[in-house]
Amino acid sequence: MTTPTTGQTELQEPSWSKLVFAHLQKDLRIEWRSREAINSMLFFALLVVVLFSMAFDPTADASREIAGGVLCVATLFASVSALNQAWAREIRHQVLDALRMTPSGGSPMFFAKVLSNFLFVSIVQVILGPIFFIMYNLHPLGEAWLLAVVIPLGTWALVANGTFFAALSIRSRNRELLLPLILFPIFLPALLAMVMAVKTILTGDSGDPTHLWIKLLGGYDIIFTTVSLLLFGTVLEAE
Amino acid sequence: MRPELLMMDVPLAESLDVTPTQSVGRLEAVSRLFGSFAALRQVSVTFEPGKCYVLLGENGAGKSTLLRILAGLLLPSAGKVTVFEGQEPHKARHRIGYMSHAPMLYDELTGLENMRYFRSLYQTEDCLDAEDVLRQVGLDPALPRTLGQYSQGMRQRASLARVLISKPGLLLLDEPFSNMDVESVDQMVRLLAKFRTGNRTILLTTHQRDLAAPIADFILKLRVGRVHSLERGTPTL
Repeated sequence: MTTPTTGQTELQEPSWSKLVFAHLQKDLRIEWRSREAINSMLFFALLVVVLFSMAFDPTADASREIAGGVLCVATLFASVSALNQAWAREIRHQVLDALRMTPSGGSPMFFAKVLSNFLFVSIVQVILGPIFFIMYNLHPLGEAWLLAVVIPLGTWALVANGTFFAALSIRSRNRELLLPLILFPIFLPALLAMVMAVKTILTGDSGDPTHLWIKLLGGYDIIFTTVSLLLFGTVLEAE
Repeated sequence: MRPELLMMDVPLAESLDVTPTQSVGRLEAVSRLFGSFAALRQVSVTFEPGKCYVLLGENGAGKSTLLRILAGLLLPSAGKVTVFEGQEPHKARHRIGYMSHAPMLYDELTGLENMRYFRSLYQTEDCLDAEDVLRQVGLDPALPRTLGQYSQGMRQRASLARVLISKPGLLLLDEPFSNMDVESVDQMVRLLAKFRTGNRTILLTTHQRDLAAPIADFILKLRVGRVHSLERGTPTL
């Protein structure tokens, strides 16, 4: 189709997956060069784990009861510091306006940002996990492989919500305070499910239904990711 | 609405005895309020295709607001804005190039990486080549430095390259000559002159009227959010 005014061909939007890949590639390249998100998260998470191990006797049997909570809370606090900066590069130099001018739309940008944040948090967890297990002298008594399902599901819930609410609060002067205030209450059901599932796996408590917590986490992820994808365009255009 | 906002400006096309058969952008009684501050007050103006309009005015005159409204990045508080013969600006954004004071590029990427990234967000076949567009603005695509290490003038050029890459029909440039040396400005003006010959329209704001004079078909002056005057320019390019 040719426009009468400029003689220019109408631009058509590239495929959704190509756009996600383009945004993701850019986010990963920038993080590879700066390592801002991973470094800040890693040091913060390590600090939380060490502080908890000093506050409680990590070798006691009771540590198994609280270890799941400590791991999840360490991840949560560490992630918030990175999520707060998730859109900082787009705000700096008005890059977000340049992105709004393209035909790419908001949802691929959002999904790619969630994917990149998920990768960054997962890298931190992979480094933190062995240290955590050694410091707390943990030997999972339940089905240890389920940790590989529970932790990514919980992490996805955190980053999907965190990325969305970070975008919602970018134009606020108090965004660093605002994000945890919005995120924590909404993330609470997923946090509870994650903590309970990890605790059940570590303690081997057969009376607690791990699979039910996993289903809850899965359902939570699907609902919140879908809603965020649908609403992100509106958030992007908010003045 | 405040009483002064209800006062109508004379439509500029009438005041100049110009009746454009086509318009690439049209503002009809457009006002924009930021809280109680009126950045634009009942502005009516029509922009013809293939022309270069130089917007002049003091700081706070409403130049940037006018460009952002035409780019579809800002909604008017009152009035009607259309681009490309009746389209709403936010629905035709991909056909508009908007360059702001800020480079609107990532500091952590090189010029070429920035261009390739933005190019990939458009339909690739319809865009200029990332390397070519950098060469056109006088930048070396092989430069390994990231944008954060560019000088201010180089950033301005890279920013212009980003805008040109999608071959927009309407080019909105907010202070494109700021922080640039005379030679670079001259190169940019020649490039813009070439761009305009493709029946594309340019709106640019500047405080340095003389720099834009060689391509200025019209000079639009804004004062405290109102159109003060619209004069014909004497373009030499």
